[in-house]
Amino acid sequence: MPHDNSPSVTGHNSMPLAQPGQAPSDAQLVDSSKSFAFTTRLDDVIAWGRKNSMWPMPYGTACCGIELMSVMGPKYDLARFGAEVVRFSPRQADMLIVAGTITEKMAPVLVHIYEQMLDPKYVISMGACASSGGFYRAYHVLQGIDKVIPVDVFVPGCPPTPEAVLDGVMTLQRMIAEHHPRPWAKNWKRPAWMKQLGTGAPV
Amino acid sequence: MNNQMTHQIELLKTDLSQLLPIKDRFSAYKFSTSKVGDDVLEFPKEDIVPVLRYFRESGRFDVLMDLCGVDYPERAKRFEVVYHLFSTKTMQRLRIKCQVGEGESIDTATSVWDSANWFEREAFDMFGIKFAGHPNLRRLLVHEEFVGHPLRKDYDADHQQHCSVALPVHFDPTHSHLLPSAKGHNLVPLNIGPSHPSTHGTLRVMAELDGETIARANVELGFLHRCFEKMAETHPYNQVIPYTDRLNYCSAPMNNVGYCKAVERLLGVEIPQKAQAMRIILAELSRIIDHFVCLGANAVDLGALTAFFQLFTYREQVYNLFEKLCGARLTVSLTRIGGMAQDAPPGWFDDVLATCKNIRQGISDVEGLLSQNKIWIQRTQGVGAISAEKAIAWGYTGPLLRAAGVAHDLRKAQPYYMYDQLDFDIPVGTSGDCYDRYLVRVEEMKQSLKIIEQVCKNVPSGDYTIRDKGIVLPEKKDVYGNIEGLMNHFMLVIKGLRPPAGEVYDATEAANGELGFYLVSDGSGRPYRLRVRPPCFAIYQSFPEQVTGGLLSDVISILGSMNLIAGELDR
Ligand code: SF4
Repeated sequence: MPHDNSPSVTGHNSMPLAQPGQAPSDAQLVDSSKSFAFTTRLDDVIAWGRKNSMWPMPYGTACCGIELMSVMGPKYDLARFGAEVVRFSPRQADMLIVAGTITEKMAPVLVHIYEQMLDPKYVISMGACASSGGFYRAYHVLQGIDKVIPVDVFVPGCPPTPEAVLDGVMTLQRMIAEHHPRPWAKNWKRPAWMKQLGTGAPV
Repeated sequence: MNNQMTHQIELLKTDLSQLLPIKDRFSAYKFSTSKVGDDVLEFPKEDIVPVLRYFRESGRFDVLMDLCGVDYPERAKRFEVVYHLFSTKTMQRLRIKCQVGEGESIDTATSVWDSANWFEREAFDMFGIKFAGHPNLRRLLVHEEFVGHPLRKDYDADHQQHCSVALPVHFDPTHSHLLPSAKGHNLVPLNIGPSHPSTHGTLRVMAELDGETIARANVELGFLHRCFEKMAETHPYNQVIPYTDRLNYCSAPMNNVGYCKAVERLLGVEIPQKAQAMRIILAELSRIIDHFVCLGANAVDLGALTAFFQLFTYREQVYNLFEKLCGARLTVSLTRIGGMAQDAPPGWFDDVLATCKNIRQGISDVEGLLSQNKIWIQRTQGVGAISAEKAIAWGYTGPLLRAAGVAHDLRKAQPYYMYDQLDFDIPVGTSGDCYDRYLVRVEEMKQSLKIIEQVCKNVPSGDYTIRDKGIVLPEKKDVYGNIEGLMNHFMLVIKGLRPPAGEVYDATEAANGELGFYLVSDGSGRPYRLRVRPPCFAIYQSFPEQVTGGLLSDVISILGSMNLIAGELDR
């Protein structure tokens, strides 16, 4: 796998370790440490850890949310990708999976949730609705969540099959491992029309 | 049936003619029975409250099933407010229509039925119809910054308006009664949702707490308002089917069946036996997997994860059946107006039978996990109890109504398709609490299995769809194989399926209760108005009242047991 930046293990085991009751010599110590050490770049090892322990925040609002349940369920088992720790607190999650239609009314809530997540954070847009409004070209449906938050991976489908969602997660993992630049996330600003939560007029 | 209907209309005529305040205006009353057999009563809007009150107090109709608006811009009085009444005793229905002009108002029905509250708010939201005396006439579905009323014919379907901020925690003067014992206490406001694990993504509950007790509660809707009714008005009849999938997406095929059945009734066609059988199987499988999600999610919310995994294993098996049938897992859109889109592949019915066997095992496993489980019982028994009268007054239908002890099920009460030839029972509960709701759902799944097995063992032969050239597209081999097929295909695509001008209200027993479609056709290729009467809308309306005075933790049990599917709640 050319893109795999997994750390490479460079082990020797030439010299026998010290006998019982006998302190090992310096040379022995240095050599034995090599048997479980590996060399890599710090960035890579962090990325490797990150990509294999993404904690999802499932933002299931509609039908896609039901398919997302299947993705987490016994057959497709998202846990295989290190992403089984489902967090409903955005503060504890780093992968926001938006599964379902986001309406205009919901958009400020979504932005608020995104803002609450801590860096580094990633967004997967699951399904036609989240990605573009889907077949709801309608007065109350946001025409794609990328209008309000930055999206890393779009997964097409209505709803996408669980396999497609898993593919989306793997794509994201690959992006993380390859240090794929993410200008959309870096340059993101809250949309001009949106206010800070809690500033709405009392009803 | 028709005889009985005319009979009802005659009875109403005599009864109403004696009702005092309306006597002198009686000549303005129009009684009719539509072509498809719906009883309709039209009268001036001034009389709406006395007439409704008379119907309710005389016990003739005990449920306000639905209330909606329709817009006719070319009429002198632009709007029509349409009420659908239902009697759980005689199973009769009545449609009442009153005309309201722009700038005028009609008296609120909330003084007769509490349950009119949200329905009227929705009609106000969608059409701007004013209901005089309504205690809280605010928008319900679209956001507060929205300008205009989207279901008016002059509002463009794709004209979006952004919302800048979510509303702060707020309460509703009618639904959010402050608990008397909490008066003068220091209350803690609490916001739950819409992004909260137990609100399933789109519900928002707001509460004020007196310690652990809910002193006041309110809910906000509309976070998944996807404009279904407007979309239906802008699409040809058959293209509406995929939108219906996404109403109650946990049991998508059931909505397809409900919608197609309504259109077919307006068209006056009866679908072949085989299509009926397939629809029954699809509907009952959907009922089962809907209850799976409901029970699984309810248990997860209360901390029991195993049942969810167990149930989803079997849900996947049903997905496999759907996939074999049409390729899709969740949103199958397999019905067409006039029958099914295609026949079942060979051996499918045997697969269904085999899956039923597995599911039966799965259900009994979950029963083993929950029915005697101490924690489950303590969290659900006595929680959310509701009396039969109250449930009827709120417009409860489906498993929740039955849990409260009312053996009402449209499959028995107004049997459609072949349900009257099938052997199954209607489970009922006694107290209407969350535990009873659970038991009713479990038993319903078993009854559904029984139904499916009966149908599968005895599949009618014959065609899977009618072959009316004006309704159903010819098969592909004919389109490509002969000129007649090509012509028919062309004509139907260009002209569209055109039901005769008229109206119909048709209901089926969906997983959550009565799923009604009120369809107005003007004879064109698109519905003039398609109103959905979603079962959980009426149920959810009682939620603030149900949780007030209870513990905060009970909110989660009750929410889960109501099986609120935002797709049909907000549409
Ligand atoms: S993309 Fe399709 S399945 Fe997903 S939320 Fe939208 S309508 Fe539902």
